[in-house]
Amino acid sequence: MRSKREWRRRGETKFLVIPSAARNLLLCFANDERPTTNDDFMTDFSIIGKSIAMVDAAGKTTGSGKYTDDLSVPGMLIGKILHSPYPHARIKRIDTSRAEKLDGVVTVVVGSDAPNPYGILPVGHDEYALALDKVRYVGDNVACVAAVDEFTAERALELIDVEYELLPAYFDPEDSMKAETNLIHDNKPNNIEKDYHHVFGDPEKGFAEADRIAEARFIANEVTHAAMEPHSTLAAFEIDPQTGNPGRLIVQSSTQVPYYLQHKLSLVLEMQMSQIRVIKPLVGGGFGGKSEVIPLEIIAAIAARKAKAPVKITYTREEVFWAHRGRPRTIVDLKTGVKNDGSITAVKARVVQDGGAYCSYGVVTILYSGALLGALYDIPNIQYDGYRVLTNKPVCGAMRGHGTVNVRFAFETQLDELAAAIGMDPAEIRQHNLLKPPCVTVNGLRVQSYGLPECIEKVVERSGWRQRKGKMPRGRGLGVACSHYVSGAANSIIRSDMPHSTVNIKIDRDGGVVVYTGASDIGQGSDTMVAQITAETLGCTIARVRVIAADTDLTPIDIGSYSSRVTFMNGNATLRAAQDVKKQIATAAARKMNCEPGDLIFRSDVVSKKNGLQGPRGDGRPRPSGQAEPGSASPSVSGHVEGQILRGSLQQKRKDEGPKEQLSFEEAVVAAIDFHGALSGTGSYAPPLDARGGKHKGAGVGPSPAYSYSAQVAEVSVDEETGEVTVHKVWASHDCGRALNPVSVEGQIIGSVWMGMGQALTEEMVWKDGMLMNPGLLEYRSPSSVESPEVEAIIVESIDPEGPFGAKECSEGSLAATIPAISNAIYDAVGVRLHECPFTPERVLAALRAKNNAKRINLTEGVDPTSPARFREHGGSLWYRGKGPERHPLDPSRTETPAAVAGDD
Amino acid sequence: MKKELIELRVNGRSHEIAIEPSKLLLDALRQDLDLTGSKRGCDDSSCGACTVQVDGTPMLSCTMLAASCEGQEITTVEGVSEHGSLAAIQKAYGDWGGSQCGYCTPGFMMTVRHLLSQNPNPTEAEIRGGLSSNLCRCTGYSQMYQAIKAAIDAEQKGMAASR
Ligand code: FES
Ligand code: FES
Repeated sequence: MRSKREWRRRGETKFLVIPSAARNLLLCFANDERPTTNDDFMTDFSIIGKSIAMVDAAGKTTGSGKYTDDLSVPGMLIGKILHSPYPHARIKRIDTSRAEKLDGVVTVVVGSDAPNPYGILPVGHDEYALALDKVRYVGDNVACVAAVDEFTAERALELIDVEYELLPAYFDPEDSMKAETNLIHDNKPNNIEKDYHHVFGDPEKGFAEADRIAEARFIANEVTHAAMEPHSTLAAFEIDPQTGNPGRLIVQSSTQVPYYLQHKLSLVLEMQMSQIRVIKPLVGGGFGGKSEVIPLEIIAAIAARKAKAPVKITYTREEVFWAHRGRPRTIVDLKTGVKNDGSITAVKARVVQDGGAYCSYGVVTILYSGALLGALYDIPNIQYDGYRVLTNKPVCGAMRGHGTVNVRFAFETQLDELAAAIGMDPAEIRQHNLLKPPCVTVNGLRVQSYGLPECIEKVVERSGWRQRKGKMPRGRGLGVACSHYVSGAANSIIRSDMPHSTVNIKIDRDGGVVVYTGASDIGQGSDTMVAQITAETLGCTIARVRVIAADTDLTPIDIGSYSSRVTFMNGNATLRAAQDVKKQIATAAARKMNCEPGDLIFRSDVVSKKNGLQGPRGDGRPRPSGQAEPGSASPSVSGHVEGQILRGSLQQKRKDEGPKEQLSFEEAVVAAIDFHGALSGTGSYAPPLDARGGKHKGAGVGPSPAYSYSAQVAEVSVDEETGEVTVHKVWASHDCGRALNPVSVEGQIIGSVWMGMGQALTEEMVWKDGMLMNPGLLEYRSPSSVESPEVEAIIVESIDPEGPFGAKECSEGSLAATIPAISNAIYDAVGVRLHECPFTPERVLAALRAKNNAKRINLTEGVDPTSPARFREHGGSLWYRGKGPERHPLDPSRTETPAAVAGDD
Repeated sequence: MKKELIELRVNGRSHEIAIEPSKLLLDALRQDLDLTGSKRGCDDSSCGACTVQVDGTPMLSCTMLAASCEGQEITTVEGVSEHGSLAAIQKAYGDWGGSQCGYCTPGFMMTVRHLLSQNPNPTEAEIRGGLSSNLCRCTGYSQMYQAIKAAIDAEQKGMAASR
């Protein structure tokens, strides 16, 4: 049932509207297999929409659940990786002979053992398992030792001799863009990985029409996922009984993308994909940090191949920081125009991302930054210039809210400034610029369900915005901001026509339902989502459903847990697979019950006839769950035992009893197997064609079958003496389409807000000459329970017309609104605009002093940041006990770095 | 380094293991006793994922030598469930979303268990303070507070019922 409320009529138009008849036609072309909207979109659910514990919760709370590092196999070796101590250097010579001679060392692998390049994006195959000729960041991978234990492997690392020739290194993206020599990658002039220049509408005209224009530079510093589980991989070869030699490779790994891992392993190891099995055990959090192939995954495999023994590598926490793939430091030069009535007339953004030493997801990240300027508000004219720049630092990649977060911080802060300038309430200016879906935005994004209006209303109401905003004591304030995110990318990163998700279901005579899904549960609860959708569709209890997930031998392809795609895409595939089996069961059951398949209701383990049709429970209502159907599952007939009906006895029963009024789930299943010969179902999902975006260069990134929406109000206080900001409470509403498991949805919203707050206030990777100064959880300042505010999660359900049961994304979209909500609240509290995050006491104090024309305090004046002993501000490095890395004389970072921009206005 | 034979009492059972004197308790538990519930999340005693109870006190097993625990009673997360069923706090963490990816959960189980044994009716501020020794990157902690309150309720009801 589509919620008409969301589909309000359009007023005057700036958008391309597809008339509904044409739309339907398009939709048919796109996908004639979309989820049906009959009884699957009813509202009276037995499992969907109920808060339940995750299906794997007990394993997590008892410690019996196995993560990759918990696994071991006989004869397993431990691998340790030698990392580069220099940010940019040519490798002149590697001598591993001393290390190989150490007792207990089985093998040492180096770059030439696996020289094929790879990378997560087809356009970015620029990484090697181990450095071939050059190292490009402090922490780059040089060699790997496989030894009988960790201690031996670590000792062996010290015996590897590497001779480096230092090269000038680039640490600041704006410096790096000027480079002409000593490029980080020879085929990337000016160290620019990729740049895009988009114009939609007529920005010039838009700015001419504006009554107010704001223009400023915003900086968001680098953050990382820091998932609690350090990456780990166990790789082993199986012996092929035909040849007697090592054959298939089995890789168990902490990954969000088993299928991509299988693909990249096949490239680097030159093996057929069918000869590689990737299994994802429990994963201790990802947030994007495990959404591509991480060096250790390939290194473990090549080490296992050379050692002829299983090899496990687990990163130390410091190595996790180097492996990184987090959110790049981003410089946003933003210009926005509004009319006096609050209408946004144009936006122009120039974005420079400090991508680190390799491409990773970079091309996608820089495109998301521009594309998702659209689809939140009605913006008629957009100009976007994005530069993804290479520097000699660990690699940035995808992180929760991929590409959108830093630009959203800039935009929502600037919108607040403009609201103040025209004397409009910040919540109102957002309400004034809403989209009027269904529509397609100027940059080609199709928007259908749109819960943003309700999200804003809800947070305004719950936070007491109207009564309290602007009336709080000095030092305390409220701020509002909004955000949105994709429910999966409409275009997969490997261009092909394959479905993005496929799910198989097998049901046997025991009445057990086994779902085979490629969805990768990384803690967000996708296994539970799959179980819920299956159980709801088949009308069986969740206890009947077993989910087998993320094992490339057993489960059909799903492209992974990233871009918040799993509920929408794998959920839809699950729904279709379940509908497929349900149809088969219904055909057989209807014959037994003497009615039409369409007249049947599946619910609470019983198949019965619909409303009005005759039957003992003709009202079609289920009995309360847990209450047994009298007689249906008890061993009343010989050969009929709980859960199993033998064929002979079934025929006997049929003869005895004639048509039945209702069947237990097992009886219906047995009838279906007898009738069809076998019972299995399959379903797949590919995004509809009309959701796949425009035609311009780079149009592939940004389009999604559905967007989630979010609005937040933050309440903060600022200590004007110390510059310290405290977040007291965040009201966070999120339009997730439909909450399939509300407790999980709330958990995802709270987790996103919390992570956004970390980026807003404390989390920051601090660099000195390419060396990370704070590679520990405390130094990185991941907030603990005492620093974490209360978050009130408010679920808004817009019931998406294409989502499974109407569901959309809920795990990422909220993050982006938190940072600007806090910066806007700081302005409300003390009247300064922060343009650089995180809003550390130093930056807040600098802004306060700048506002009062006081002299800037340089807290680190006179300290040598390369000497951790004297500079504990950011923790210092754990492993590097001396000065920072040696520098090339021409190194640009030796020159003075530009001043920070905190409190520039 | 030469191994030595030590006796560790873990979750009510004694184990004799031969380990290097330099071996950390966390590694001895995970590698020698196959009790992989306790996790390693950091290099520098900052995360709490490895928390176990030693004679009832929560300790970071990554920061103590196994050999130093001889003669003491060690409890790991594997020793928390009761008679093969989930303890109230374990059930509540599952029901209330206190655990998402679950990697931090074993450590939190040990910390919360100790908190509740010292203070059966903590205020929200006391819970926050009590949990600050452990880090979680998934939950933002909020749902843990609800879980802890629910577990306290369940315990009290359970105790009332058995009386
Ligand atoms: S492993 Fe992090 S504190 Fe022990
Ligand atoms: S649940 Fe994932 S770290 Fe706490």
